[in-house]
Amino acid sequence: MKLLVPVKRVVDFNIKVRVKSDGSGVETAGVKMSMNPFDEIAVEEAIRLKEKGAATEVIAVSAGVAQCAETIRTALAMGADRGILIETAEALEPLAVAKLLKAIVAKEQPGLVLLGKQAIDDDMNATGQMLAALLGWPQATFASAIKIAGDRVEVTREIDGGLETLELTLPAIVTVDLRLNEPRYASLPNIMKARKKTIETITPAALGVDPAPRLVQESVAEPPERKAGVKVASVAELVQKLKAEAKVI
Amino acid sequence: MPVLVLLDHETGQIKQPSRSAIAAAAQLGEVHALLAGHDLAATAAAAAQIAGVGKVLVADDAGFAHPVAEPLAALLVALAPGYSHILAASTATGKSVIPRAAALLDAQSISDVSAVLGPDRFVRPIYAGNALATVRSRDPIKLLTVRAASFDPAPAAGGSAAIEAITPPVAPERTASFVSQAVVHSERPELSAARVVISGGRGMGSAENFALLEPIADALKAAIGASRAAVDSGYAPNDFQVGQTGKVVAPELYVAIGISGAIQHLAGMKDSKYIVAINKDPEAPIFAVADYGLVADLFTALPELKSELERA
Repeated sequence: MKLLVPVKRVVDFNIKVRVKSDGSGVETAGVKMSMNPFDEIAVEEAIRLKEKGAATEVIAVSAGVAQCAETIRTALAMGADRGILIETAEALEPLAVAKLLKAIVAKEQPGLVLLGKQAIDDDMNATGQMLAALLGWPQATFASAIKIAGDRVEVTREIDGGLETLELTLPAIVTVDLRLNEPRYASLPNIMKARKKTIETITPAALGVDPAPRLVQESVAEPPERKAGVKVASVAELVQKLKAEAKVI
Repeated sequence: MPVLVLLDHETGQIKQPSRSAIAAAAQLGEVHALLAGHDLAATAAAAAQIAGVGKVLVADDAGFAHPVAEPLAALLVALAPGYSHILAASTATGKSVIPRAAALLDAQSISDVSAVLGPDRFVRPIYAGNALATVRSRDPIKLLTVRAASFDPAPAAGGSAAIEAITPPVAPERTASFVSQAVVHSERPELSAARVVISGGRGMGSAENFALLEPIADALKAAIGASRAAVDSGYAPNDFQVGQTGKVVAPELYVAIGISGAIQHLAGMKDSKYIVAINKDPEAPIFAVADYGLVADLFTALPELKSELERA
């Protein structure tokens, strides 16, 4: 069984993003970019499933500018077998990405697509659900445990206040949450090996998909700034202020 | 056209985030509330009393006994022709169902809406709330999830909506099946919904020391959180993590103990109403966002805090 893992190139999670002064978006020029952290967890899980013998091949796919090849290369260094870059300069929304991935699924016929639950740039949390809808496949979002047995996958999901377990018949879509695993660091030999792995480049047009956005991003603004308050001298003063001033305890 | 809101419910009650979604929907048009589930008589009566609801649609079917995304999305698609907007709260269910239904309707859903500016213009946080995007939808139908913390919930009483039973469409052929549920019955509130959160960072020093937060959490009826540094160091489990890659919280009171205030942590808690920071480093970035800062060694401050709170 093949596993498909979509990976997104995003501003590194340790970078404090800056809103452009003209309000057109967030500054990304010259900013460190990395693989979306939730996608790293998906890549890790796919590699573990292959190591356990539940899968035969892990394919990493990314959609976006040419530099997304670096993100695919990171997945290859972790242990994915090959990559597919859907190259476009278009700002892609989840629906467009889901349509592109649907076309890749038609070509590659994976038994399971593992995605990060959301990207930490647009925070949409939608691509996996949309891909499942377009394919007519069952979905399990926010996975914290994944067990494959035969043609079924049992997924434990993080829901509000606890956990839920679903069973899905393959092929299926699973989006992964933080607790699923801790992604490995790529070792130097594996980074070297990854350079020899293949990345196929394809365009949205070749996949027959129009990736034009549906939403107009009118503006991006800084959230209201939080001002530093006061320093208190003692615990007693702190408790007194929380009671009398803030009235929160 | 009216606006449809898919409600989250449990044991005959409508969950509070859904009442926030109703408040958001009321800014867009006449609100119809949709309940899908099994044995819904009491739940439907509760929904009909929510202020601002014009009609309650009830899909009572054994197939909806658990909120599985596939049949719920199919239900929304079947109802979509009669509505300008379909909303749900940004809960586990809303987040799973709304994008799925949107794709079936060839629309781009808008997640975690924090303000409604007009019928097609919405504000939503991006980059874990480090920026606010204003977006305009060009789709004929708009599907939204609503950030509950941004809308005061519609009052649970005061309405008297008509209740109408509807026949759900045939369930999709390929649907996930429910196996089990384990909802944590902790004495403490759920981290993402708690009124008070107390979090520990790397400064806690060890898992044993991290337990020093527990009596204070008990006294404050608080949920316990942790910074990524504390989780990475093994002081606290991963599901405690507050931050960009963990949970985003906005309680009335957030107490940060031994947390320096890395960007990724601030992204997860800076919408809290009041922030308290206790840290021995006066230069720690957490003090730049704290309403009340105390420069102190946490190992002397925590026992003092415990006895002050117990005295109260």
